[in-house]
Amino acid sequence: MGRVNIAFCGVGRASLFGGLMTKIVRRAFVAGAVLSAFSPISRANAQQTVKIGVLYPLSGNAASAGNYSKMAIELGADLVNKGDPELAKLMPIAKGGGLSGLNGAKIELVVADNQGTPAAGQNQTLRLITQEKVVAMVGAYQSGITQTASAVAEKYGIPFVAPESTAADLTERGFKWFFRTTPIATNFAKAYSDFLKEQKAAGLKADSIAIVYENTEYGKSTSTAIGDLFVKEGRNVTMKVPYSANSTDVQPQVLQLKEKNPDVVVFISYTSDAILYTKTLKALNWKPEIMMADSSGFNDQAYVKSMGHEVEGLVSRSAFAPGKPGSIAAICEALYKKKTGGDGLDDVSSRSFQGFLVLADAINRAGSTEPAKIQAALKATNMPADQMAVGYNGVKFDDKGQNTLGSSLLIQMRDGHYVPVWPKAKATANVILPFKGWTK
Amino acid sequence: MTTTLLLQVVVSGLLLGAVYALFSSGLSLIWGMMNVVNFAHGEFVMLGMYTAVVVWTAMGGGPWASVPIAAILIGTLGVLAYFLLVRHIMRGPMLAQILGTFGLALFLRYGALWVFGANFKTLPDDLVGHSFILGGIRFEGSRVLAGAVGFIVTVLLHLLLTRTSVGSRMLAVSEDATAAQLMGIRPQRMQALAWALAGAATGIAGALVATFFYTSPTVGETLAIVAFVTVALGGFGSVLGALVAGLLIGVVESLSAFLIGPVYKDVIVYAVFVLVLWFRPQGLMGTT
Repeated sequence: MGRVNIAFCGVGRASLFGGLMTKIVRRAFVAGAVLSAFSPISRANAQQTVKIGVLYPLSGNAASAGNYSKMAIELGADLVNKGDPELAKLMPIAKGGGLSGLNGAKIELVVADNQGTPAAGQNQTLRLITQEKVVAMVGAYQSGITQTASAVAEKYGIPFVAPESTAADLTERGFKWFFRTTPIATNFAKAYSDFLKEQKAAGLKADSIAIVYENTEYGKSTSTAIGDLFVKEGRNVTMKVPYSANSTDVQPQVLQLKEKNPDVVVFISYTSDAILYTKTLKALNWKPEIMMADSSGFNDQAYVKSMGHEVEGLVSRSAFAPGKPGSIAAICEALYKKKTGGDGLDDVSSRSFQGFLVLADAINRAGSTEPAKIQAALKATNMPADQMAVGYNGVKFDDKGQNTLGSSLLIQMRDGHYVPVWPKAKATANVILPFKGWTK
Repeated sequence: MTTTLLLQVVVSGLLLGAVYALFSSGLSLIWGMMNVVNFAHGEFVMLGMYTAVVVWTAMGGGPWASVPIAAILIGTLGVLAYFLLVRHIMRGPMLAQILGTFGLALFLRYGALWVFGANFKTLPDDLVGHSFILGGIRFEGSRVLAGAVGFIVTVLLHLLLTRTSVGSRMLAVSEDATAAQLMGIRPQRMQALAWALAGAATGIAGALVATFFYTSPTVGETLAIVAFVTVALGGFGSVLGALVAGLLIGVVESLSAFLIGPVYKDVIVYAVFVLVLWFRPQGLMGTT
């Protein structure tokens, strides 16, 4: 009965769409509610496929990232449905032949475009759940859209897996159906802190730390997470330099750094400022012992192409490491390249891929398409590090639905390209410090 | 804190200010000549920057090649903008004038997005020569060149307007176009000349700024704000005022960012701006 009530609550919202839509939606709601209330199991048997809603920006500003994520998830579905002999030896779910827990039921992706707006993300999620009858959702790249889309899924009691959105508050809403596989700023902070501890033990100067950050939501929340953890772990943050993004000039900030001369600088910046900082550091000829960046601007291809050779030895983060030949990551990347026609997995697409695999694994273990059973299976997820296609230590959710084993690996700029250097188990090259910077 | 470091901050501020003056003089000239605010000014700078990027990628040319080319190209763009757009909207209501050049700005910005793509482009920083040290203070070659040219161009524009007969004719048109016409001056020709000069100065600014800044289709937005503040502070229509205001803003910005903190620099700059306009609404060197 409870589910039927929930469905009627939804009718009031749907009246926003106008009369005709309301009628159609109302019918779909009632039908869907009745179906899911009375016959969840027969539904699975009748379908022989498991429908998963896939919500990404396929148009609008972030369309490029959304399309790469979509392709990564399609690759994930291919692995479950068709399998890959090489990967099957390392990952049971890649055996092919569908989900073994559901008598070989195939996964059917229902892809929807969130158009880069929270409203479209909400409407599309409503459509996927009430009309397409998806049993779980995955998406939606932008945190703001994940926020509205997952609220719809929460209302209908459909599990929602968020592989990429890092805004901290997403897992602070008390949701029961929301699961996030990506690490968030606190995880990154831990990686930076551990890394610096090791470097200090190795004899590098890492006693004073400066954090330079742009002062919007991203920079502020990330710098707070890093600063708080550093202080807790006894690392000495001597300077915090907030600045307004899209500056016309960053010389004073660099001169402040030059004056205080910290051993370590962590930059949290978008692309335009990342370029300015790099140019200004070189012009005023100051470099720290260790220069670190929190991905974003410093990982942008435009930055790497134009500034890569000026920041030899820069340490940044990424969720993806190409991995050694024969590893899960290496095989997945080769398969992905085949699918995209040459483009490899990157920080975002690899996290989408991993999030989808976690969901597929949970449905398999649930042995059912009943949302509540999938939810229970997600809660019980305990995927070890050796099953990861990305650099996480595994996947295990806390009560809020946040993956507690998410972690990033650190990458270092070498001759214009990033290579994974930390932790050792996932590295393909050794850390080379102090920071070299511009080489000519 | 050492005196050298503080001097370094002031020098950085002065060089920055000279560049602000450089890309503000064109805006000031247009306003002084015809009481039109060119909202597409930032996009003119942006196109000057892309000229430098294209000149470098296509033929490896530094500022010695890109500055004259940008002056000609953006000067021509200015004349075209005058004959095809501004001349017509000047007869319309005030709102049409504002929206007209604003529309031009959007057209140029998204045109650049279409042609050049959204990615950031940069020029190699040794295009102008490395930075050098003088009295313990570092001077960045590209900024010194931009600052020096900014200074020279602004002074030349000022001399042209005040010391030559062409300048007198231009000023006559701006004072009273009908009276000037009775004296045998062709107002449209003078106004077109003003747009050509303003475009050329802006093109030069863009080509020089590109040597130490990133170039992207939206960079005009970032830079135009400073230009408007500089022109308003210096006094609308006063080219020399733009120079003084540019230097003042550059130094205030650098010092406040260094001593108080980068997020507060805009507060200080705009506080100075409001204070000056409180006592001198016409700007530092503007006439009422």
